[in-house]
Amino acid sequence: MATATLPVTERENYLNKEYGIRSWLFTIDHKRIALLYLLSVTFFFFIGGLFALLIRLELLTPAGDLVQADTYNKLFTMHGMVMVFFFLIPVVPATLGNFLVPIMIGAKDLAFPRINLMSWYLYVIGGILIMHCMLTGGVDTGWTFYTPYSTAFTNTKIIEAGLAVFVAGFSSIFTGLNFIVTVHRMRAPGMTWGRLPLFIWANYATSIIMILGTPVVAITIILVAAERLFHLGIFDPKLGGDPLLFQHLFWFYSHPAVYIMILPSMGIISEIITCFSRKRIFGYKFVALSSVAIAVLGFLVWAHHMFVAGMSVYAALIFSFLSYMVAVPSAIKVFNWTATMYKGSISYTTPMLYAFGFLGLFTIGGLTGLFLASLGIDVHVTDTYFVVAHFHYIMVGGVLMGYLGGMHFWWPKISGRMYPEGWGRLAALIVFIGFNLTFFPQFILGYVGMPRRYWQYSPEFQVLNVLSTAGSTILGVGYLLPMIYFLWSMRYGKQAPDNPWNAAGLEWKTSSPPTTFNFDETPVVDFEAYDYENIKDTDDDGGAH
Amino acid sequence: MVYNFPLWPDRASAMAGNVDALYIFLLVVSGLMSALIFTLVLVFAARFRKRPGHEAEQIEGSLPLELTWSIIPMGVFLVVFVWGAVLYFQERTPPQGAMEVYVVAKQWMWKLEHPEGQREINSLHVPVGRDVKLIMTSQDVIHSFYVPAFRIKQDVLPGRYTVAWFRATRPGTYHLFCAEYCGTQHSLMGGEVVVMEPSQYAAWLSGGNSGQPLTVTGQRLFAELGCSTCHRSDTQGRGPNLVGVFGRQVLLEDGRTLTADENYLRESIVSPGSKVVSGFKPIMPTFQGMVSDEQLNALVAYVKSLSQPASKSVAAAGTQPQTQQVQ
Repeated sequence: MATATLPVTERENYLNKEYGIRSWLFTIDHKRIALLYLLSVTFFFFIGGLFALLIRLELLTPAGDLVQADTYNKLFTMHGMVMVFFFLIPVVPATLGNFLVPIMIGAKDLAFPRINLMSWYLYVIGGILIMHCMLTGGVDTGWTFYTPYSTAFTNTKIIEAGLAVFVAGFSSIFTGLNFIVTVHRMRAPGMTWGRLPLFIWANYATSIIMILGTPVVAITIILVAAERLFHLGIFDPKLGGDPLLFQHLFWFYSHPAVYIMILPSMGIISEIITCFSRKRIFGYKFVALSSVAIAVLGFLVWAHHMFVAGMSVYAALIFSFLSYMVAVPSAIKVFNWTATMYKGSISYTTPMLYAFGFLGLFTIGGLTGLFLASLGIDVHVTDTYFVVAHFHYIMVGGVLMGYLGGMHFWWPKISGRMYPEGWGRLAALIVFIGFNLTFFPQFILGYVGMPRRYWQYSPEFQVLNVLSTAGSTILGVGYLLPMIYFLWSMRYGKQAPDNPWNAAGLEWKTSSPPTTFNFDETPVVDFEAYDYENIKDTDDDGGAH
Repeated sequence: MVYNFPLWPDRASAMAGNVDALYIFLLVVSGLMSALIFTLVLVFAARFRKRPGHEAEQIEGSLPLELTWSIIPMGVFLVVFVWGAVLYFQERTPPQGAMEVYVVAKQWMWKLEHPEGQREINSLHVPVGRDVKLIMTSQDVIHSFYVPAFRIKQDVLPGRYTVAWFRATRPGTYHLFCAEYCGTQHSLMGGEVVVMEPSQYAAWLSGGNSGQPLTVTGQRLFAELGCSTCHRSDTQGRGPNLVGVFGRQVLLEDGRTLTADENYLRESIVSPGSKVVSGFKPIMPTFQGMVSDEQLNALVAYVKSLSQPASKSVAAAGTQPQTQQVQ
């Protein structure tokens, strides 16, 4: 048999068990579905990134000289929609989450493997719909779809875009449902709630938001469509509706959606920092429960997007207060991660560099959130580049640093190959520098008063815009590098051992890559999470010097 | 300066300094907080780096530390919250006796009308040192009136009024931006606010061909549209007597009470059936679509003026608006 001639490491695994397109398109293996998601979200990251580069190029000069105003408006709309709904929301749960949630708790698969495959198909259908929408004209409302502009004024493809988001929304509802049931019902013997890896806690909290929040945006899309198609007066004051009602409904989902994006990345950071500090996490309970606190409190702060929208001052007062409260669990996490490093044995691997980057960028993103939650300051900086900078620090600085860190950390497990460590560190550095150069000037730009979504701008804003555009090209290189060397490593990379980092966690106790059912026999868990005290760091090299 | 690129916005309103003060406070606080975290991360990374003979020391966690880094940030947050809220209430409460400018936004221009009847497009002339209240509405989509130098921003909605105010403190010309995305030419929907010395402003007002004062236009419309046949200035009308209504508590047919503000007056013209005054029948026809937003503004300004003499005479007895004007 052919397999007999292969080296020992080429034993049967989920990748080589079956070949052919059908074995992928009809797979119900959570690991293969994770890879299908990986391909699709990477595709949309490219599309969204391309839009971003065009936006930055247009803003190189104050005049609107690269594209027409309408084209520019479509670019930032499609950038936002693609990045939010087709990249940031699914990126960690559907790829790393899908791959790791069952393995980390010692299960053979998710609770509903077929629903898992269906959720990928729904994502793909949503993706095809959004591509169709973009290729036949696109949308120009901003990803926020504010009414009555979206229901009564624009003549772009609102219904098509809404349908795409609606369908993709069900994909995330199913993923959330699957994770919740899996974590409740399929933990291996001994895997108590207090022993769950924090990545699982983070994905669990995320899933709660997904299944509670996503239906609201689905309903909102239906209402927008009803007003646009049948002139039912819901949001348009001319028909007796209320435009602020739309904003309440939209942000009721779209604010928690930010936590859908960031929580899983926070989970990744907990895994990476413990592993490369050789330490148990500092304050396990606080880090775990702060994820749940963020998920719950995150539902109560939506109207902080509306302080100048014409809302009552007393409502604004309450939402401002609650926004400060939701900042507390995030602060707790940052302090605990930092404390975890204390008296550790720290190696500067690529995943750890991304974790450092995450701590820096998330701290800045979080702290600038305090400015926006402050009512008096928000009046001046909302709808300016200050907001743009703030949420990119969270959603790109935070989410993507976590995601890339996680991809490097688990790449040996996923692919069975090592990535080139030197290139990895270089790329992490380039991403960090490029990111800050792109987005830090935007804070200043915002406070000086440049509104967002501007195709042309006043000449005095140009210097900061040039810096930002320059940074974006560096950032682009930083994101391209990992894609190239990950692909390269699949053929030429060093064979990965089962546990290249000497890491704790069940995923490292199975083979790299794992077999289809993850474990030969169901593991029994008789150790706490991050049991680094009892795991010897045998390989002193690890590529980390 | 050879090349003009400001890193800080002009400070040209009474509010601007207050907003900047809180902003600087936050910059210092978050600067310290980031410095603390970055230093700890870097120091730990260097001091506890992996090397032969060095082993990690396991620490479970510490309740006192957890409480410290929960409660101290929460305390700082509360200070910032209260400070920001106080500013916001000031920003959202126009002072008595402010000069009232009506603003109508549309894709993609700002139309402004002074109480004296002067009309402007995409520019607003105001005197320095005077409170200016903006009563704003939109003809189409949501816009947002944003003057960075004044640190004010307020969304402008169709179908209702929103209000903003400022007191300019430095003569000059400042950007006016639309800050809420409103379609193709959103980024071109701007203009300028020209702050002038009071004498210059008076000269500007008297120059050019100003229209009639807003209240006079309103009064003419009030008669032309037949409002005056029911809303008589005695108790015999089929509709409520509107003299002195503005700013007063009104008892509604369904038992609720509300304060008759600009939005209530506006709503009562375009949708008279929704909040009928107690003791009257819902017989008034709607004027939705029959009067433009500018005409609505004139009508509202006129009805408001019916309450002016009363409040003026109260003011004459020594309350604030008068003394402010003396200053």
